[in-house]
Amino acid sequence: MSLWTAVLVAAAIAFGLKLAGHLVPAHLLDAPRVRRITAALPIALLAALVATQAFTGPGGSFVLDARAAAVGVAVVALLLRAPFIVVVVLGAATAALLRALGWA
Amino acid sequence: MTATADPGARRAVVRQSLSVGVATGAYGISFGALAVAAGLDTWQAMALSLLMFTGGSQFAFVGIIANGLHAAPAAIAASSMLGIRNGLYALELTHLLGVRGTRRVAAAHLTIDESTAVAVAQDDHRTSRLGFWLTGLTVFALWNLSTLAGTVIGTHVGDPRTYGLDAAACAAFTALLWPRLRNRDAVAIAVVGAVVAVLLSPTVPPGIPVVAAAAASLLAWRTPRREQA
Repeated sequence: MSLWTAVLVAAAIAFGLKLAGHLVPAHLLDAPRVRRITAALPIALLAALVATQAFTGPGGSFVLDARAAAVGVAVVALLLRAPFIVVVVLGAATAALLRALGWA
Repeated sequence: MTATADPGARRAVVRQSLSVGVATGAYGISFGALAVAAGLDTWQAMALSLLMFTGGSQFAFVGIIANGLHAAPAAIAASSMLGIRNGLYALELTHLLGVRGTRRVAAAHLTIDESTAVAVAQDDHRTSRLGFWLTGLTVFALWNLSTLAGTVIGTHVGDPRTYGLDAAACAAFTALLWPRLRNRDAVAIAVVGAVVAVLLSPTVPPGIPVVAAAAASLLAWRTPRREQA
């Protein structure tokens, strides 16, 4: 397999996975219970994404480092009703500062 | 849910879309640099950002292909496993967006973590649609421009973690999930999803923990509390 083949096959599969979800017939997703589940899907997936990005290290092991501190600061900022951009900047600044200080 | 979006909600979603786009775009520099270091040329790196267009899968692909062409099947498998979640996002987006025909193909291509997160963070369908398209297109433009820049600049800009950009992404997704966590059922779904993913991470390949966390959405099968009362 050439590198180009690998790039194009991987890209085609990635697009196919996206399109497959969009092509599921609407009537299969219309029942109230199914609607509740599809509405819950992004919540479950994005929570899992944040958790794996913030709390796992190489090999998927559980770690608490600058990223966890950043999420903690973000949650406090959200509880204090800070605007979106402030939450994001505080998260980045927390991690950058802790790393610059060599603490995490 | 309201039928029309008020100007305040529109301004808020525009700010969210642009900030998510800028933060993600900055990561594209890192991707371009890593892709070249892994042995891809500029065109191959650009093909991934233009055609695959899903960051997690792209990083996994170049990380594995860096080991040589014999690793190509493993690289394709890893990027595909990380791409499954986009198909699951689409199940909800197809309902939120209400698109047909060729626009559905465009919507599919822009179906990524960022566009989905901004779309589902909104209170009404019109703002959701605006958030999806604006975030998707902003990320697409900046991700591709910065990938190109990264292939040229290489590793001279350093690790994006130095600037806390990885944490910025975590904070942004947390902030986008936040408005959805108003009721106990949604909190339970988020917590179960997060715990399942973290517990599975050491033992299963990347991508699978997040997809397995989708099982948490089955908690929504039962009737919501407010309807039981």
